[in-house]
Amino acid sequence: MIGLFSRLLTRSPGEGGGATADAPAAAGSSAPDGASAGVPVAARRQSEALSYFIKDLWEENPVFRGLLGMCPTLAVTAAVKPALTMGLAATFVIVCSNALVSLMRNALTPHLRILMFTLTISVFVTIADLFLKAFMPEMSEVLGPYVPLIIVNCMIIARAESCASKKGVVISIFDGLGTGFGFTLAIIMLATIRELLADGAWFGFRILPDWWVPWTVMKLPAGAFLTLGFMLAVIIHLHARKQAKQAA
Amino acid sequence: MSGVTDLIIAFLSIALVNNLVFTKFLGICPYLGVSKKTDMAVGMGLAVTFVLTLSAAMTWMINNLVLIPLDLGFTKYIVFILVIASMVQLVEMYVRKFYPGLYQSFGIFLPLITTNCAILGTCLFIDLWGYGFLKAVVAGFGGGLGFTMAIALMAGIRERLELAEVPRPLQGAGITLVAAGILTLAFMGFSGMVR
Repeated sequence: MIGLFSRLLTRSPGEGGGATADAPAAAGSSAPDGASAGVPVAARRQSEALSYFIKDLWEENPVFRGLLGMCPTLAVTAAVKPALTMGLAATFVIVCSNALVSLMRNALTPHLRILMFTLTISVFVTIADLFLKAFMPEMSEVLGPYVPLIIVNCMIIARAESCASKKGVVISIFDGLGTGFGFTLAIIMLATIRELLADGAWFGFRILPDWWVPWTVMKLPAGAFLTLGFMLAVIIHLHARKQAKQAA
Repeated sequence: MSGVTDLIIAFLSIALVNNLVFTKFLGICPYLGVSKKTDMAVGMGLAVTFVLTLSAAMTWMINNLVLIPLDLGFTKYIVFILVIASMVQLVEMYVRKFYPGLYQSFGIFLPLITTNCAILGTCLFIDLWGYGFLKAVVAGFGGGLGFTMAIALMAGIRERLELAEVPRPLQGAGITLVAAGILTLAFMGFSGMVR
């Protein structure tokens, strides 16, 4: 899966935008299937938004490449279900806050901007938290204070600072979607490994045979650190191999 | 149980048994980011301890004396983060004015602390556990010291790791996380001592 993703998403946004500006008629195919195909969009603005989405999803994945949002990454990945809930909640918050920050980007003053970002984010986190408490009370119990802790998730502040406070609303929304889904993807991968090793299960259903002895340490904090450490190693290795191949 | 024993247990609980970094995953970003040199790590840890103790007291007072009586509990997160941000700002201004030497040594870490989840997280956990005022302050102080210990230990390990031959893909964040995992395993020895 990793190989497939990195092969599909090797294009950087700069290249994508440039290529589409030179050959706008390249639209047609549904995915960039090689070095020559352009990003499949009609307008340049759309292509920029899409390239932000794709870049954030894997190439600059907030967790694996940016090492952002580490606290929830480690804390909620003991099983897949809380990880998915957390990922979707964070996606909602980042899309809404990116949109709002982008709308008020001309009114921001430099020394108050971080405070404004944090306040915007905490409003949407409150909405997400109340929603979870009302409609998914058990899940809200499991996640506990890690939902309000989305407020200080550096990933969301980083996107507000480096994208939403500079770009238009559409691009910011796509950037939020890409970052949010990239984060969800990363924590689900981590949770899958941990839940399989700890319980022999996925999404609460036991799938490994009976002889599998649960590896309890994977469920504990130590397992979170170790799994993420080795996953980073695998991803850095694949990345280095790809770069070596491109250089050759 | 007498009051003082209760406070000592709360302190030990949050500093060792329920250490913020090792069991609650709070403050992981500075734990991984600022733990290259021991003196920097200790500086960061002490700055966190200072702000955390003050914020624990302030948020407890605002939450229990203002928000709950006025039935404004749903604005808790917004108010907490505002309190922490203004606290950090105040501490920074105060330290710069009256203790320039101290500002030189840990001033650069202060702006970073606003977005340190250890602060907000501890305040939220204190609220969740329903601590009284003194216990909340002690827990804030203990949590900060526990964080300082964790980040200083990690910095010591990383200074040694620089001399070791690490496989290339594991270099950087990878080996740091693996070392943190092993350190966490060691700290599991404290689990079950107190709740």
